[in-house]
Order: sequence, then C-alpha cells, then structure tokens
Amino acid sequence: MILRWLALRETILFGAILVLLGVIYTRFPAFVAPNNLIRVFNDTSPLILLAIGQMIVILTRCIDLSVAANLALTGMVVAMLNVAMPELPIAVILLVAVCLGAMLGMVNGILVWQLQIPPIVVTLGTMTIFRGLIFVISDGRWVNSHQMSAAFKAFPRSTILGLPMLSWFAILAVILFIVVMNRTTLGRAFYAVGGNPHAATYTGLNVGRTQFWAFTISGALAGLTGYLWVSRFGVAYVDIAGGFELDVVAACVIGGVAIVGGVGTVTGALLGALFLGVIKNALPVVNISPFWQMAISGAAIIIAVGFNARSGRDKGRIILKRAEAVAPT
Amino acid sequence: MDTPMTAESPPGVRNPAQADVTPILALDKISKVFPGVKALADVELRLFPGTVTALVGENGAGKSTVVKILTGIYQPDGGQILLDGEPVRFATAQAAAQAGVTAIHQETVLFDELSVAENIFLGHAPRTRFGLIDRRAMYTRAGEILESIGAEFDPGLRLRDLGIAKKHLVAIARALSVDARVVIMDEPTAALSHKEIQELYELVEKLKAQGKAILFISHKFDEIFRIADRYTVYRDGQFIGEGAIADVGEGDLVQMMVGRLVDQIFPKRERMGGTEILRVVGYDHPTEFADISFTLHRGEILGFYGLVGAGRSEVMQALFGITKPSKGAVRIDDKVRVIRSPADAVREGIVYVPEDRGRQGAITALPIFQNVTLPSLGRTSRKGFLRLAEEFRLARDYTSRLDLRAASLDTELATLSGGNQQKVVIAKWLATKPKVIILDEPTKGIDIGSKAAVHEFMAELAAAGLAVIMVSSEIPEILGMSDRVIVMREGRIVDTLEGDAMTPENLVRRAAGIAEEGAP
Repeated sequence: MILRWLALRETILFGAILVLLGVIYTRFPAFVAPNNLIRVFNDTSPLILLAIGQMIVILTRCIDLSVAANLALTGMVVAMLNVAMPELPIAVILLVAVCLGAMLGMVNGILVWQLQIPPIVVTLGTMTIFRGLIFVISDGRWVNSHQMSAAFKAFPRSTILGLPMLSWFAILAVILFIVVMNRTTLGRAFYAVGGNPHAATYTGLNVGRTQFWAFTISGALAGLTGYLWVSRFGVAYVDIAGGFELDVVAACVIGGVAIVGGVGTVTGALLGALFLGVIKNALPVVNISPFWQMAISGAAIIIAVGFNARSGRDKGRIILKRAEAVAPT
Repeated sequence: MDTPMTAESPPGVRNPAQADVTPILALDKISKVFPGVKALADVELRLFPGTVTALVGENGAGKSTVVKILTGIYQPDGGQILLDGEPVRFATAQAAAQAGVTAIHQETVLFDELSVAENIFLGHAPRTRFGLIDRRAMYTRAGEILESIGAEFDPGLRLRDLGIAKKHLVAIARALSVDARVVIMDEPTAALSHKEIQELYELVEKLKAQGKAILFISHKFDEIFRIADRYTVYRDGQFIGEGAIADVGEGDLVQMMVGRLVDQIFPKRERMGGTEILRVVGYDHPTEFADISFTLHRGEILGFYGLVGAGRSEVMQALFGITKPSKGAVRIDDKVRVIRSPADAVREGIVYVPEDRGRQGAITALPIFQNVTLPSLGRTSRKGFLRLAEEFRLARDYTSRLDLRAASLDTELATLSGGNQQKVVIAKWLATKPKVIILDEPTKGIDIGSKAAVHEFMAELAAAGLAVIMVSSEIPEILGMSDRVIVMREGRIVDTLEGDAMTPENLVRRAAGIAEEGAP
C-alpha cells in the first residue's frame, strides 16, 4: 500500500520533528508542555488545512497560488455576512464559506481544464483578482472584532475534549482526506493523473477534469479556513494571510510531496505543516532574532527538498550518473 | 568467440577491398565497465573513408555505449581509440567533435525555438572581430551546408515549423558544419517515411562521395543491405565479427547477432471465422483522414499498413475517443455506439496500446496492482469507494497469467525491469476484458527475442477470441501476423489485402500509390 512505501520518509520527518522538540526542550522546557503543544497545533491548523488541498493540487502536476487570497476573500464575505445578518447560524456560515471557496477553486479548475492555461499563470492571476475583489466589496475597510457577533467569534475557540474547534477541523480534514486519497476512485485518479498524464488519458481518465476537482477541493478547504481564520483573529481586511500560499507550498514540499506530481500523502502534508509550525512557534521563544528565523525556515525548506530529491531518485540511475560524471565534460 | 577473425591480424586485412587503407577511426580492444555490468569487452571497430559501416546487434549489445565512447561522452576502461592510426583520447565531447567525429542521435537533440542556422551552429557560431555572433556569415554558411545535402529551405526558419524529416536534415547539417570526417547515424530512419528514407540514402551516398566514414546503426536489415558496405556485429558487449556486406546473407547476420538459429519467427495460427465485432462506417476527419470504413471479426488479427503519416494511428486514436471524427459511425456487436472519450472506448471493450508504451502506458510511481486495476476501477469499486481486496484479486489473476515475477503486487512499478513493466501494462488492458485490442507498432525498437514473445502473445489473444488491430510499418510482421491487411495512403484506405494477395510487392505498391499511377 502507498502508506507503507512512504512510511520511511514520513517516519524520518516525524523523527526530525521530535529531534527539533528535543533541542527546543534543552533551551526552553515549557515549550513542550502538553498545553503549549496543543496551542502550537491549533496555531498550525490553518496551514494543515490548506496544505492538504495544496498537496492534492500538486499531486496532479498543478499548483494553487490563490489559496491565501481565496481564504481572505471568503473570510471577508462571511464576516460581512455576519455583520449584515448577525442571527445567521454558524452552520450556514460554514456552508457558505466552503461553497464559496469551492466555487473560487472551480474558477481555477475551469481555466486550467477548459482553456489549458498553465496553473501557475491561472492562480497567479486569480490570486490578484481575489484580493482585488476584497477591496471592491469592502471598499478597503476592515471588519473589526466588535462588529462580529459573539457566536461568530466563539466558534473556532470553543473546545471539545480539550481541543479547540479549529484543531478538530484540521484533524477531521486529515482523516477525511486519508480516506479520500486511499480508498476512493477520485483519490486514485489524482495519483494516476500526476504520475503519468499520458498513461492516465489512455486509461480512460480525464486529466483536466481530475485537475478541476483538485482545485475545487483546494478551494473548499481554503474557504473553510477563511471563516476559521477571520473569526479566530476577529478581523477581516484585504491583506490577511498575505504570502501564506508560500508557507502552504513549503509545507507540502517539506512533507515529501513531489513538485513534479504523482507522489505525496496527506500524512506527509500534515507533518510538513507541523514541522514548519514548530519552527515558527519555537524560534521566537528561544530568542532567535527575526532575521535568523526567516533564514532558518528557508534553509529547512531547501534541506527537505534536497533530501527528497535524493531519496526519490532510483538507485540504478544514481550509479549511472556517477559513471557519467567521471567523464569530464 | 566464434569468429574466424583474430585480433592479431592487422586492421584492414579482414576486408581485402580495404587492405591498403588505414581506417580514419578505429577502436582497438575497447572495454567499458559499469558497476555490475561489463558493457563492452575488447571490442573492435574500423571506419574507412568513403565507406558505410553498419553496426549490428540486438538491444544491449553495446552499440549505444560505443557511440558514446566515440563521441567522448564515456571514457573507455581499456583499449585505445586510433585516429588515422595514432592513439588519441577524446576527453570531452568537444575533443571528439574537433577530431571530426560527430553523431546524429536517435532522438536528435535540437532546439525548437531557435532558427535552423542557430541550431546548425550552436556552440561554434562564426564570430565577428568583437567576439559577437556573426549572423550574416552564419546564415550564409548554413545555407551552403543545407544546399550541399540537397535540403533547400531557408536557414532563417524556426525549427518548430519544420517536419521531422527536415529536422533530421538540420541535424545532419549540424554534423557537417564542424568539418566532420566520421558521421555516426544512430537509427536515422526510425521516424522517417519511405520517401524520406530514400532521400536519406541519397544523402549518405553524397557523404560517401566526399570521403567521409559513416557508422550506420539500424535494426532494419533491408536498409543495412541497401546502404552499407561493411558490417560489424556485436553481441552482449562482445565483438563477434566484421566483413563486407557483399559476402554475407541476412541469415548469417541474424545468426551472428543472436547466436542461435532463428528460422521460424512468426507463430503459426489457424484463421478463425469469427462473427463481426466492430464495424466502422464512413469515418471522416477534417485534416487527418477521410472515408474510413472497415470491419473486424472475433479471433482476427487485422493489420494496418502504410507509410509513416498515412493516418493509421490517427484513425485508431479517433476510434479510441482521443480525437473526434467529424463524421461516421461505429457499430459494436451490430449496435451503434458513440465514443467520445477513452473512458467510453474502454467501457465499450476497446483498448488501445499506444506506440510509446513507456511514456503512455506505465505509471511508475504507483504500485503494480494499482497500475493493473486503473482502467477497471469501475468494476472493483462501489459508489466511488475502492475495494482493495477486489483489486488485489484482479491484479493477481492477470499478472500471474502473464507469468510476471515480482516480490509483491504492492511494490512500485518503478522497481520492475522494462520487460516486466510491459507485462503489467498488458495485464492492465486484459483485466478490462476487452473485445477489441489495438496495438500500435507493438514491436517497434525492441530486440528480436522480445518481438517473438509479443507475436506469440498476439496469436494467443486472437485464439482466445479477441479481435486484434495491429498497426505496423514492418512488412514481415504485417504479413506474418495478419489475417487481412488494410493499406492506407494519405489518410484513405486504398486496399484490403487477403490471402494470396498479401505479398510485400502489393503492400509497397499500394502504400506508395504506384499501382494507381501505372494504371491508364
């Protein structure tokens, strides 16, 4: 099963996270206290949600740079909806967020599928358009905490079994998509289309339509996260989660998702996000300067990708490469 | 070694006609070892001026390794390279090029977005005195070179606007632009049509007349006997023999290549009178083909012959739902069916094994069982949810039928050898329980042993009641395997040959349109 042959890479990443926590423990023991770890997990939950969607998109040889803008636009729409209709139940807000996000994702999907525009161009464009739309609908004004209803703000913070709702969404999404990716024909199609689009076509799979669904899932998760983000921080404005799409892509890459498509797991995306989350939360508390924090995060990404590139190459090819390298060119 | 020639006799003596000529380039007891594999063991090669030497051998004989040693990409581990009788080292590809050794590769390395002249002179363009590229000189010289090989097109054209045959001419022009003395042609005709091959032959004659030594690597015996003066045979990295083409027959060469007697290549089959399974009526496509009608029966192998570009693959792709015909109908089991996508085709029991199985068949990052079940997921899943036990059963069933040896069906396809990957691809299609299987150039570029296995397998499929369509450009294969042969030319069916009418002459005449021109 896929789980088994990827197990090694994921075990290593899991080990790396543990080592990281161990190192932090020597400098700042309180960081690894259970309560704090829950806080770190909760803090990383939006990244986990988006990384799952991004993982599926990258799996199909695409990329979705519009996720953070989608999150911000959906967040603004539900915040304004809440201001206009404070009585609207949270279930309806959630439904609106997921559906709106999915629709924005479908726009990406349609452009990639029907017009065959390269995904990086499509999502670079829609990223800017979504941000622009926030400005249009909000006139550039903020929706602040005091304008939002109490229920709207309380939902992501409410706890079940000691875990905040935000964390539960991340956990449920991980479980849901492990099932989708491993036990449904759609999940299988994502792997097949990314692994070899030509073969997938000749097998009767519709490559474009499969990519469309990947963008739709990515969009739906971004929309969901949009509500959770805005309500958690109690503010919505044009620039929220600015640049967050790069963290999302980085989490996938650290988690062993092959940027060329076809290889990646939900667990990998989860661990990649957690790795980044731990670094981002720990560096400030162990008194590392913000300049070094960014450099360290960046170095972690490159090391992870370098590691994946080496382990991903098949052994016979490595031998031949060396044999070729002997000849000076 | 079972060759009468020994390494002690001086070069040239083996071929009386060349006795007093020193080869331009010779390999003397060259060895090359890769970790775990001895790719070449003390091989010899002699290339004489104005002579075409054919290098013959099965896949894995060491031909590609020799080409890489000759062009400075690999360094030999033993033996020496002799240029005009003097030992030399080609430390880099540039060193080989400066010595006048150039190669035109199987998959020519050219740049689509550059002009013809830029492609010809990439890396050694004429310079002005300021060190910038002298465009005028470059285009003038490119024009001269193209003219010298009878290629009369504008060197200013972008390469992407040229057809494959013209691209080949550009590759040859590039080889000549460095004052080549030795030209290596690695399967130069693989992608060319009949007419283009004739033009290539003329070009080779021109190069010969200019005194160049030509190394010609090919799987096709007819062209070896048509064009080569001498032959050299390798087998499993060893030098088997060499001599003048005039002194050997095809059978001798084949025997040297495979080391065993190949008398019966095609399996014997009983022709079955099965019922009609597929009928194509009046298929039209705006640009690729017109008025295609034919029938196919259970247990039949129907050959499609034609020159490259005759529209055979295009018809198959339309039948499989990849492209859309503008007109026409398909009847399967006498019912009209509409095929809009490959998924429709698979559902209707039509499967298509494309020419490029590596690129278009296997998904190497997925486990074996998932490759096998991919087109059959409709049957092994319920309401979109996979049933892994069903998948395993299906995969085990079909891979064991093909005698696939793998530790576990759970391992990644990438870990299997090429031959075993092919078995997985075939198992994948058989698992869909097809009625019609379309094989596009099923044996192109594979060695003789594997070819026989594929032919055997096709015969078994037909005997089991499947209807097989085989698109092939190899006349012996078409004649040896097919019950009937449909010949296409320029997008149209020109004839259907059966029984005694299935002769090589008939095929070639129909495909080239000679019969029509000869008619009053």
